[in-house]
Amino acid sequence: MSEPPPGCIERYDASVRINHWIVAISFVLVALSGLALFHPAMFWLTSLFGGGPWARILHPFIGCFMVAAFSLLGVKFWRENLLHRRDWIWLRKIKEVVNNREENLPEVGRYNGGQKLLFFVIIGCLVCLLLSGIVIWRQYFSAYFAIDVVRWGALVHAFFGFVLICSIIVHIYAGVWVKGSIRAMTRGWVTPRWARKHHRAWFREVTKGIQQR
Amino acid sequence: MPLQSLDIVRRSATTLPSPEARGAHTGEVAKLIDTTKCIGCKACQVACMEWNDLRDEVGTFTGHYDNPHDLSAHSWTLMRFSEYENPKGDLEWLIRKDGCMHCEDPGCLKACPSPGAIVQYANGIVDFQEENCIGCGYCITGCPFDVPRISKKDKKAYKCTLCSDRVAVGLEPACVKSCPTGAIVFGTKEDMTQHAAERIEDLKSRGFDQAGLYDPAGVGGTHVMYVLHHADQPALYAGLPEKPRISPTVTLWKGATKPLALFAMAATAAVGFLHYIGIGPNEAEEADEEAARRDLENTP
Repeated sequence: MSEPPPGCIERYDASVRINHWIVAISFVLVALSGLALFHPAMFWLTSLFGGGPWARILHPFIGCFMVAAFSLLGVKFWRENLLHRRDWIWLRKIKEVVNNREENLPEVGRYNGGQKLLFFVIIGCLVCLLLSGIVIWRQYFSAYFAIDVVRWGALVHAFFGFVLICSIIVHIYAGVWVKGSIRAMTRGWVTPRWARKHHRAWFREVTKGIQQR
Repeated sequence: MPLQSLDIVRRSATTLPSPEARGAHTGEVAKLIDTTKCIGCKACQVACMEWNDLRDEVGTFTGHYDNPHDLSAHSWTLMRFSEYENPKGDLEWLIRKDGCMHCEDPGCLKACPSPGAIVQYANGIVDFQEENCIGCGYCITGCPFDVPRISKKDKKAYKCTLCSDRVAVGLEPACVKSCPTGAIVFGTKEDMTQHAAERIEDLKSRGFDQAGLYDPAGVGGTHVMYVLHHADQPALYAGLPEKPRISPTVTLWKGATKPLALFAMAATAAVGFLHYIGIGPNEAEEADEEAARRDLENTP
């Protein structure tokens, strides 16, 4: 296993990174197959899965797999994502955030308010998608539900799928926007300057007692 | 090949017009089922099986005359028997031939996500094209009459075609041909409405004051219509819905939601892109590096 370069700080160990990318890849697959069945303009995406019936068959299985894989991350990072007062202040100052004026924001721990909010939005979406998805999973479950429940299931599923896709677009963009973040999830480490600038409280905490090299 | 009929007025999950040069110049069609003339012989069920070459599994006895007890991928039409005790205390045996109503505004077609899996011809017939069906069952959620059924074997949706193959070559549907009492008739929607009016007048003269035509406006009218003795209480006929319409949930899901959500997703990505171009990335600078080094030096 590779160590972070001298002076750099480990942010995600290999097991978290692998877990994250399993979730990410299954999300891409489930989102593409879901969009394919959501809007006619996207139906061509079923070709990526071997046609309409295959997209319909695979989508729910990939979705369940994604929920299972994410739940490991969810349990692991639950505590660190609980929102505190300073996170709400951070969120209220979102204008400073998007304008790259971090000096005007409260100190951030391992995660900032936006990341924490995203964490719970994802969990909320996944719970709703899982439950509504079971209801509209025609092959195994729909027959057990009243037709109106299935209709609601379809609408709820589409809505939370939409919310999740938008949230993940924001998540991906944040990684591209805040330089040095993607490396945290690909290689596992961040530079001290990155940590100090974006997550100062976390930086202090992890560097406590570390000898300057 | 179905599109080569050149009379496709609606096609599922399709945003552009389909080949529709051929109109229904002889008028839209309708099948009129006169429940007051039906004797429940099930000849129509047999004719449907024969013409469409369908054989359902032999089912189980469920305590009433309905046989099979529900529509299925192999039973596209079914006599539903209802025993009704009227206010006078007499028993009325109400028999309704159930099956696809061929709505003018078909909920199944609206809900279907697969291009061309459901089409509507200019003559009004709503037809499933199973080769395009992906088996998701959305048509079931769209249907106000609980008609489509997914085959357990091939996972495709099936329902009455109104014998579109026969009608296309100038024949009447198989069930119509087989009916021994003339309870099922077929023709243009206009003729059938007129024929129904005569029947209703006759029924009213015989004491059925509430006799009427079932051609529900909520789905834009249907291409299968009923003459009912109790048109004021369609639910008596094995739960025929009084005011069927496409569920508002389905309308919302397949209406405004689709384009709006797609637009919002694209907009989210576009805003990100413009933010990057306009405001730019958030990078930790040399100054942050120095500050970090100072912090580390001061750490006990």
